Amino acid sequence: MLSKEELEIIVLSLKVALASVIFSAPLAVACAWVLARCTFPGKTLFDALVHLPLVLPPVVIGYFLLVTFGKKGWIGGTLDAWFGITFAFRWTGAALAASVMGFPLMVRAIRLAIEAVPPRLEWAARTLGASRWRVFFTVTFPLALPGLAVGVLLAFARSLGEFGATITFVSNIPGETQTLPLAIYNLTQSPGADAAILRLCIVSIVLSVAALAASEWANRRVRLVGGGLIT
Amino acid sequence: MGESSCASGGWRTDHVIDIDISKRFSAATEISAKFVSDASVLALFGRSGSGKTTVVSAVAGLVKADRGHIRIDGVTLFDSEHRINMPVEQRGIGYVFQDGLLFPHLTVRQNLDYGARRSASVDRKGAPIVPFDQVVDLLGIGALMARDTPSLSGGEKQRVAIGRALLSRPRLLLMDEPIASLDSGRRSEILRLIERVRDEFGMRIVYVSHSIGEVSRLADDVVLMNDGKVVACAPTEEIFNRADLRPYTGRFEGGALIEAHAVRHDMKYFLTTFKFDGGELIAPGVDTPIGARVRIRIRARDVTLATERPRGISIRNILEGTVGAIDNRGGAIAEVHVRLTGSGGSEPRELLSRISAQALDEMQLETGQPIYALIKAIAFDKRSMGFTAQETVFDRFSSPF
Repeated sequence: MLSKEELEIIVLSLKVALASVIFSAPLAVACAWVLARCTFPGKTLFDALVHLPLVLPPVVIGYFLLVTFGKKGWIGGTLDAWFGITFAFRWTGAALAASVMGFPLMVRAIRLAIEAVPPRLEWAARTLGASRWRVFFTVTFPLALPGLAVGVLLAFARSLGEFGATITFVSNIPGETQTLPLAIYNLTQSPGADAAILRLCIVSIVLSVAALAASEWANRRVRLVGGGLIT
Repeated sequence: MGESSCASGGWRTDHVIDIDISKRFSAATEISAKFVSDASVLALFGRSGSGKTTVVSAVAGLVKADRGHIRIDGVTLFDSEHRINMPVEQRGIGYVFQDGLLFPHLTVRQNLDYGARRSASVDRKGAPIVPFDQVVDLLGIGALMARDTPSLSGGEKQRVAIGRALLSRPRLLLMDEPIASLDSGRRSEILRLIERVRDEFGMRIVYVSHSIGEVSRLADDVVLMNDGKVVACAPTEEIFNRADLRPYTGRFEGGALIEAHAVRHDMKYFLTTFKFDGGELIAPGVDTPIGARVRIRIRARDVTLATERPRGISIRNILEGTVGAIDNRGGAIAEVHVRLTGSGGSEPRELLSRISAQALDEMQLETGQPIYALIKAIAFDKRSMGFTAQETVFDRFSSPF
C-alpha cells in the first residue's frame, strides 16, 4: 500500500492543516464578530482585507509572507529574535501560509452563523445584567458554534490543498514543508511515478471529501439553530 | 411639548419615573417623550408606531436618546447634558419582550438562572426581594424546569420570560406588549400573573400596549402616545373618560372606566356585586375577596337606554341618571352620556352609551331628562375587570369561586 515516505507526507499534511486551523480560529472568530456586529469607519476596507487571500494569486501571498515573516522580514525577524519562533522553510511556515489562505473561508462561515443569532437575544441577556463580553461567551458564541465547526472544517480542507503560497514561502522540503500537493507536484516532475501519484491523489480526495462532508453536516446544524430561534 | 405629569402634588424632582427624552430617526420621524409618574403600574398606550417601544428601549439602554434625561427611583440612567449613559447591564431595568426571547440553547432553569446569578452579587438599593422558589411558584413553572425552551408553548414561554426578568431583581420591570402574541385564553391568565407580580413582589412595572382592555385593567397611570409625542399623562380613569382624548383612545372601544369594590358574592347564582360612586353593579362571580378594589370598564355598546324603568326584563343592572351630552355626528351610531344620579360629589359619574341614531330620534332624548342605563350582568368579563394594587377596603376572605 502506502510507503513510509508517503505516510510521512500524509501525517505532515494533517499536522500542518490542523495547526493552521487551531491557531487561526480565535482570530477568525474575533474578525467574524467584528464584521457581524460592529459598524465603524473603514469596515468595508477591513472586510476586503480579510477576503483578499480569496482573490489574490497564492504566489503573491506567499511572497508577501516571505518578505514579512522570513528571517529578515520585519515580523519574522522580531519573532525569531524575541521568542525564537521561525517560519521560514519550516513546517510552521507551511501552517501559517495555509492559515492565511483558509482565513476568509473560516471568517465567512462564522460570520454567517453570528449574523443568524438575533441581536435582540443579546439585548435580553444584557438587560439581565450580562456585560457585552459575557453576552458573547454565554449567548452569541454557543449559538454560533455550529458555524465555527463549518468554518474550521472548510479551512481544514482548504489547508490540505494549499500549494502556491506554501511553495513560495517555505519551498518544497521533504519531511519539513512537503505536504500532499507539493509531493504530488514533485512526483509529476519525475518519470515513472504514476502509481505513487495516483495513490497520493486518492488519499487527497478521500481527506478533502471527508472534511467537506463533515462541514456540510455542521452547516445543517447552523440552519437548525436558526430555525429554532424563529419559532 | 408641555410637561405631562401623572403624579399629583405638583412638580417634584424625586419621582419614581422621570423621563424627558427625544430621538430623531429621520427628518420626518422624531420621538419625544416627557413625563413623570409614581404609579406602581404605568402604561404607555398608543397605536403601533406611536413610539412606545422606543421610549422603553431608551429606559433599558437599548436605544440611545439624542437628548434629555431618564431617572428611575432617583438614579440617573441617562443624561445628555452631563454625558451620563449607564451601560445596559448596570441599569437594573428588567425587560419582558413580546416574543419572550428565551435563550434557545439553555433549559428553562438555566434561563431563569441567567439573570439570578448576576443579580445575587449586586446590591441594588430599593429593588424588590424576589426569592427564586416564590417566583417559580407564582408563575407555575416548576414542572418546566428541565425543558428546552423551543418546545414551550407561547404562554409558557412568556411566564418563563417574566420569571427570568424578575429574578434579575430589577428596580423597574418593562413589559413590551407581553401578551400580544398569545391567544385570548392565555392572555387573561398572564394578565392575572402580572397583577400578582405587582402585588406580591411590589414590583413597579412599565407596561406597553395598544389594548385598552389590558391598560385599563392594569395601569394606575397612563402615558398616551401618538405620532411619537406624549398626548397626555394622567391616572387611568381620567385618560379613558376624558372626551378630548377620545380620538386617541378610540371611538370603537369607547366606554367608561370606573373604580369599584366587591361588596358581596351571591353563592347560589355565582354573581358578585360591586359598589362604585354611581351605584351598584352585578357581574358574574369573580374570585376576589370582599372589599377588593376593582377597575371595571363599561363598554359604551353594552349600555342600553330606557326612558322608563323597565319591568320583566333580564337585564340585572338598572342605573338611574339624566341625559348628559349627546354626540350625534350623523351616521348610524350616536353616543349619549348618562350622568348617574347615585353619584355624590361635584363631578357626577358618567357612563357612555352607544345607540343607533334611529333610537335617539325615536326616544327624543334631550340633555337633562331622566334616563335609565341598563347593563347586562354578563356584559362584564374577566377582560373588562382588573384588580388594582391598593389595599382592600375590608379584611381578606377566601371566596368560594
